[in-house]
Amino acid sequence: MTSIPTQTAGQKKLGLVIDLDTCVGCHACAVNCKEWNTSGHFAPLTDFDPYQEHPQGVWLNRVHSYEAGTGPNSRTVHFPRSCLHCEQPACVTVCPTGASYKRAEDGIVLVNTEICIGCKLCSWACPYGAREFDEDQGVMKKCTLCIDRIYNENIPEAERVPACVSTCPAHARHFGDLGDPASAVSQLVAERGGYDLMPETGYKPVNKYLPPRRRPPVAETAPAEAESAGTGVLRWIDRVLSR
Amino acid sequence: MTSAPRGRTRGFASPVELIDTSPRVADEVKTTTCYMCACRCGIRVHLKDGRIRWIQGNPDHPVNRGVLCAKGSAGIMQQYSPARLSKPLLRVGERGSGEFKEIEWEEALGIAAEWLGNIRATEPRKLAFFTGRDQSQSFTGWWAKQFGTPNFAAHGGFCSVNMAAAGLYSVGGSFWEFGDPDWERTKYFLMFGVAEDHDSNPIKTGLAKLKERGAKYVSVNPVRTGYSAIADEWIGIRPGTDGLFVLALVHELLRTDRIDLDFLVRYTNAAWLVIRNPGAADDGLFARDADGRPVAWDRANDLAMDAGTAGMQPRIVGEVKLPDGRMAMPVFHLLAERYLDGRYAPEAVADRCGVPADTIRRIARELAETAFDQQIVLDQPWTDTSGRRHETMIGRPVAMHAMRGISAHSNGFHTCRAIHLLQMLLGAVDTPGSWRYKSPYPRPIPPGPTPYGKGSLPMAMLSGMALGNPLGPEHLLLEDDGSPVRIDKAFTWDAPIGAHGLMHTLIANAHAGDPYKIDTLFMYMANMAWNSSMNPGEAARMMTDKDPATGEYRIPHIIYGDAYYSEMVAHADLVLPDTTYLERWDCISLLDRPIGSPEGPADAIRQPVLAPDRDVRPFQDVLIELGTRLKLPGFVKDDGSAVYRDYADYIVNHQRRPGIGPLGGWRGADGNSPGMGAPNPKQLERYVANGCFWSHHHPPEALYYKHANAAYLADAKRLGLIDGTAQIVLQLYCEPLQKFRLAAEGHGAVQPPDTHRERIRLYFDPLPIWYPPLEQAAIEQAAYPLHAITQRPPAMYHSWHSQNAWLRQIYSQNRLFMHHRTAAALGIEEDGWVWAISRTARVKCQVKLMDGVNPDTVWTWNAIGKRSGAWGLVADAPESQNGFLLNHVISEFLPPDRGLRHANADPVTGQAAWYDLRVRIERAEAPAETAPRPATLRHPKLPPAPDILRYAAGAAAN
Amino acid sequence: MNPAFSVILLTTASGAGYGMLFWLGILDAAGVMPPNLSFGIPAIFIALALASIGLLASTLHLGHPERAWRAISQWRSSWLSREGVVSLFTYLPALAFAAAWGIAGPHAVVTMVAGVVAALCGMLTVFCQAMIYASLPPVRQWHNRFVPPNLVLLSLASGAACLAAMVTFWLSGAGRIMAAVAFVLGLGCIAAKIAYWRWMDREPSSSTIESATGLGTIGAVRQLEAPHIEENFLLREMGFRIGRKHGDRLRGIAIGVGFVVPAILLIVGIILGNPAATVLFPIAAAMTLVGVYVERWLFFAQATHTVTLYYGRAV
Ligand SMILES: Nc1nc2c(c(=O)[nH]1)N[C@H]1C(S)=C(S)[C@@H](COP(=O)(O)OP(=O)(O)OC[C@H]3O[C@@H](n4cnc5c(=O)[nH]c(N)nc54)[C@H](O)[C@@H]3O)O[C@H]1N2
Ligand SMILES: Nc1nc2c(c(=O)[nH]1)N[C@H]1C(S)=C(S)[C@@H](COP(=O)(O)OP(=O)(O)OC[C@H]3O[C@@H](n4cnc5c(=O)[nH]c(N)nc54)[C@H](O)[C@@H]3O)O[C@H]1N2
Ligand code: SF4
Ligand code: SF4
Ligand code: SF4
Ligand code: SF4
Ligand code: SF4
Ligand SMILES: [Mo]
Repeated sequence: MTSIPTQTAGQKKLGLVIDLDTCVGCHACAVNCKEWNTSGHFAPLTDFDPYQEHPQGVWLNRVHSYEAGTGPNSRTVHFPRSCLHCEQPACVTVCPTGASYKRAEDGIVLVNTEICIGCKLCSWACPYGAREFDEDQGVMKKCTLCIDRIYNENIPEAERVPACVSTCPAHARHFGDLGDPASAVSQLVAERGGYDLMPETGYKPVNKYLPPRRRPPVAETAPAEAESAGTGVLRWIDRVLSR
Repeated sequence: MTSAPRGRTRGFASPVELIDTSPRVADEVKTTTCYMCACRCGIRVHLKDGRIRWIQGNPDHPVNRGVLCAKGSAGIMQQYSPARLSKPLLRVGERGSGEFKEIEWEEALGIAAEWLGNIRATEPRKLAFFTGRDQSQSFTGWWAKQFGTPNFAAHGGFCSVNMAAAGLYSVGGSFWEFGDPDWERTKYFLMFGVAEDHDSNPIKTGLAKLKERGAKYVSVNPVRTGYSAIADEWIGIRPGTDGLFVLALVHELLRTDRIDLDFLVRYTNAAWLVIRNPGAADDGLFARDADGRPVAWDRANDLAMDAGTAGMQPRIVGEVKLPDGRMAMPVFHLLAERYLDGRYAPEAVADRCGVPADTIRRIARELAETAFDQQIVLDQPWTDTSGRRHETMIGRPVAMHAMRGISAHSNGFHTCRAIHLLQMLLGAVDTPGSWRYKSPYPRPIPPGPTPYGKGSLPMAMLSGMALGNPLGPEHLLLEDDGSPVRIDKAFTWDAPIGAHGLMHTLIANAHAGDPYKIDTLFMYMANMAWNSSMNPGEAARMMTDKDPATGEYRIPHIIYGDAYYSEMVAHADLVLPDTTYLERWDCISLLDRPIGSPEGPADAIRQPVLAPDRDVRPFQDVLIELGTRLKLPGFVKDDGSAVYRDYADYIVNHQRRPGIGPLGGWRGADGNSPGMGAPNPKQLERYVANGCFWSHHHPPEALYYKHANAAYLADAKRLGLIDGTAQIVLQLYCEPLQKFRLAAEGHGAVQPPDTHRERIRLYFDPLPIWYPPLEQAAIEQAAYPLHAITQRPPAMYHSWHSQNAWLRQIYSQNRLFMHHRTAAALGIEEDGWVWAISRTARVKCQVKLMDGVNPDTVWTWNAIGKRSGAWGLVADAPESQNGFLLNHVISEFLPPDRGLRHANADPVTGQAAWYDLRVRIERAEAPAETAPRPATLRHPKLPPAPDILRYAAGAAAN
Repeated sequence: MNPAFSVILLTTASGAGYGMLFWLGILDAAGVMPPNLSFGIPAIFIALALASIGLLASTLHLGHPERAWRAISQWRSSWLSREGVVSLFTYLPALAFAAAWGIAGPHAVVTMVAGVVAALCGMLTVFCQAMIYASLPPVRQWHNRFVPPNLVLLSLASGAACLAAMVTFWLSGAGRIMAAVAFVLGLGCIAAKIAYWRWMDREPSSSTIESATGLGTIGAVRQLEAPHIEENFLLREMGFRIGRKHGDRLRGIAIGVGFVVPAILLIVGIILGNPAATVLFPIAAAMTLVGVYVERWLFFAQATHTVTLYYGRAV
């Protein structure tokens, strides 16, 4: 049902924390997500024109790259984008059928593709572009936070994390309960100043992004003649060394 | 209508979805080794209803520890690619047209055996057998040796032989995938010219570790993407000038006396005496004692003695007179004198490198501060090769890594040596926190064995492996008349240390019949008609060119083994279709490029996870079958029957030397002998049971200072990794180079022709030098003001992945990236079409502007552009319409120099100098599409490609 | 936003239909409408037909039209659902209105009550429709206080113009009154659209590529590489782009064709009366519909979605 479940204190809010300081933009998370999910909860993640002129398809996670600033202090930042499992997601409330919903127990935002009519309104309501319409199947799909992994009793407990998290070679993706201030992810967010994307929209994303670390300003050293340890090679002539 | 039966819905007003959160993932999980690139990560393949449900990084695997990159994650789409070959093909149309008929294996093997048999019976060197990035080079190389042709090599010559050779001749190990920064302990990491590298997952994981620990990571790279994007400091150096930059760091460290002299005298040849005898045949060689051991001057006794004497007090500067009256100087003296020179001062190099002098000075200071003021002391006793026990391990926590940004230049060998020199001066070789050897390195320096190939005879095998490491002119592969033994002219005066061969000259030389004509070009897994050739248009022309006199192709026969419909397939006469990596046995062998780590040796296998659904055979099986049909020694028993049933049988039972075979794990009849031991018939089962890999951990006292660590060397010898336990002395000064130089100066029996004397004299400097990249020096720079380079895209492996429905969505075309200011000055706008014009050709491409690039450099992602019609893609796929290949403007030869056509390569190793390329950029006219665009290739029988792909394993309906 | 034919048709046709229904109901209650059976029933059915074409068109663009019935379930939170509910409900009073007109006569209380209820329901549908857009924060051109009155006003104006065109054939006086209403509403539309566009052009977006990525503290943000080479669903659906000049021209056309010329035609028709009005009013109505169609196309085409910020585009 498309009303947002009432939030209780200590509400479980499962989500991702993405570290922009270590993300190298390798697309592993995006492709592994595709690989897991094309046979997963939203199977299939259809591809169109796979070997033709305009190859494209349904991806639940997409990796952008940006440059910020110009000159010596500018940076290149890689930026994976998937559903943020917002606390106030209009993608849920606008849905006319109840297909788009937020789970009360863990805050995961899902689409029930059995009843989705494919009106696409939820995709209009998502500021983050996290909804992916499968034009072949006629239904909306999106990041499930790997709902078919994280509770899956057929998977060893240690591996019950989203596919994108377990695959990220740079360990830039973290999964956990952001509703629990003591959780590892919450602490990471607190420590590193994790932030919300587009807070002005009021959607209150659960997923957080960790900013690229600020580098200490580099002070250049002037030519320091004084540092020079004498001139010429013979300064080492009397150095006693032992083999 | 949606397919997966994943839940039911209850209710209308408040519909509730009932989700099965514990679906069964797979019917079966099989481990194997990824081959979507050469990193060799361990994978678990989850199978459901006979199809691949998921490929997961194996959490237990030492290489990737559970992570998987984008390519590895897209293995499903490789397995089900419509570009897979499905049956042997015999050319029926003209070469290059793509017109084939399908034939049976029996016919294919018969044809190949006939062609090869004729060659072997007459002149074995007329077979040129070259492979790409195959992971069975110890096998393919051995096959070539048994066949008797010297003309074997793999891709290393155009890849990174500069790194391999410079490392092996300097520190007995190398960057590439053979060494690792001490990710757990490094405090300062300096990385040169790396985009992805072979160790791509471990590097990413390692960088994350550094960041977590707050270590400083500096990336020296003209482009700020990928790894460089997350560096704490990015140094946007001008391509080809790293050598200068590094030698300026060396200058600074020497000037400020911030070097590890104790390390130098103990572990390097810093104190070894070099004979000073200008004009004589011994000038520049090490002074040696009667037993041939290098000597150093002992301060205490004031005499020259075996430089290896423990406890001696060697002098490191000052000329000395040897007992025989010759003058000599310690290596360190020569080195310090050279690099203290003002030529190497930061101010002197800053402009050429595009790096401010202040920055160079600061980095030198930071290196020294980290190495010396923040040294690491591990409470780990160990014993050195002189039998001395050390209570602790001292670490210099400065690590370095470098790859093709260094090696793909014609000055790459020396630049790489310069980096090793810098490491040695800081005492940062295989110490805690520094760069470390990965097993099976270190190896003795200078490295062995030497190359073989002279005097190949009909029906005879070679006495040694074709590729090797020459230690002086006497090891060159020259016939008695001075002509090259090898078709690629490796180990000639063109490329004396061409340790990996020169695949990039192969086609041109074979076409020209220079130094001789060959009969059959037999290639495997190398797309020489496209992205692995410099100037692919010319490569294709030469492969299809006929001799007007005879009407025959100038290269009479081309046999090619590939798994997919690549551009090269279309240029073969006989195509041997391979399996995919999930359909065959393979071994990632200790004899080749294993997966060892600094902790110890490791190797791995691939097992068939799926049965092929096409009439294809593993290439290695085919080689064994051919070897048997040709009755090659080692392939047949006395009664003529086959020694090896197939490759799996070879993996288990082949012994290169008694007790040493392709795999090190579970050797011995009972499986209890690691490293060395008799073949174990159950070896593969043991591997499979262990996740398809084997690893051995050296004891803790053996993990650092391996070049001089008695425990390590003993363990390595026990495992068959190394022959002796003597200290491996690191070579600041490289004597083999001096031997070549002496030849150029007129000494010795083997001397370069006059055309090459100056070149050899110049480039065979025993201490690292820097010179401008050769192409740059040979052209008018103002006409081609920009450097043009490529980078590995993280989610694509060369040409393999355009057929991959997922990966091609990420890069179905490529742009030419350039600095926005440079573009503005040329009146070029974002998304504009331009010509990139080199001295030989031009390519049309679309521009993307950026800030994080050296302003004098343009770059693009490598190997995205494809030839129309290849790879199972439609003819107007964006890869061929908008994507482009920079290779079209790279020439395999330098501009002629006094009538000589030198390869566009490093003069020491012959390494292809891809990144020396210089271009000029001009705005291009309509139409908005790439050029050149060679004609569309016709398809052999490829299955039709679907318009919509609804891949889902185990889901109800599709 | 992608100006999909189906949604544009939906809002244009249903807006005109419900507008017409509104004026029929209200003015019948006010006793202005001609009492003819031959007018009332066809008029109500034309209004309902316009509304239904729109609704039908909107179900066609669904991925699963056969499940459209599910759309009425979430009226508690979803304006789209509410629109569905109210629009379906509107058929009841509207059909009752028609039936009562036929059975009890146009000015019977039951007819007038049914008419007013149908009128209000119709307008409520239009309002719900407007709220669908107005409740989408990612689209700043929609998520504002101008949109609901704009859409309601345009519905009323186009409905009035259509009704004027029709009613004048039966009763010149009613035609004149409707035309006057349409004239006034048309001027109101001009004002409302201009105000809306001025606001839209001036009001900066509160979201930027910097806030979308959170990287503004480093500096101005530019996209270096998109995740994929080809345009995907997101960009096709939400990344529609139209040049400023082209947009301005279309705005002129929408205002000119939709309201300025019709206003003149209406005034002339009012002054000349029938028979001129029987020619002028239908032309005015047709032009209004065309103008509203163009306006609605622009309403989509010039609306930008924050997702495009991630692709380096401005909103
Ligand atoms: N401009 C430019 N050019 C470059 C480089 C560069 O940096 N810039 N880099 C150079 C370097 S370092 C290298 S290593 C080369 C790489 O160039 P190549 O070695 O030519 O590499 P690929 O294009 O990856 O593929 C070779 C062939 O292997 C086939 N193949 C893939 N999997 C299998 C399999 O399982 N079995 C068989 N039999 N075949 C298979 C593919 O279909 C393909 O035809 O490119 C070089 N070219
Ligand atoms: N994803 C992926 N991984 C791969 C491959 C692939 O195709 N795709 N190919 C594999 C192969 S065959 C190889 S050989 C390795 C190569 O691994 P890399 O060495 O990482 O390969 P390149 O992309 O050639 O990277 C060269 C880097 O050097 C920079 N560079 C160029 N010129 C200079 C210079 O003069 N100085 C400095 N400091 N930097 C410079 C370039 O900007 C680029 O970032 O990667 C392997 N791994
Ligand atoms: S896998 Fe990790 S490093 Fe790679 S793009 Fe995704 S988040 Fe970034
Ligand atoms: S990111 Fe978008 S789809 Fe996900 S919960 Fe938020 S609004 Fe909904
Ligand atoms: S597309 Fe499906 S999930 Fe989205 S709003 Fe419409 S019915 Fe709901
Ligand atoms: S959590 Fe699962 S569905 Fe979501 S982006 Fe990661 S892999 Fe994809
Ligand atoms: S780096 Fe990627 S493609 Fe290469 S072996 Fe590892 S997982 Fe496979
Ligand atoms: Mo390579």
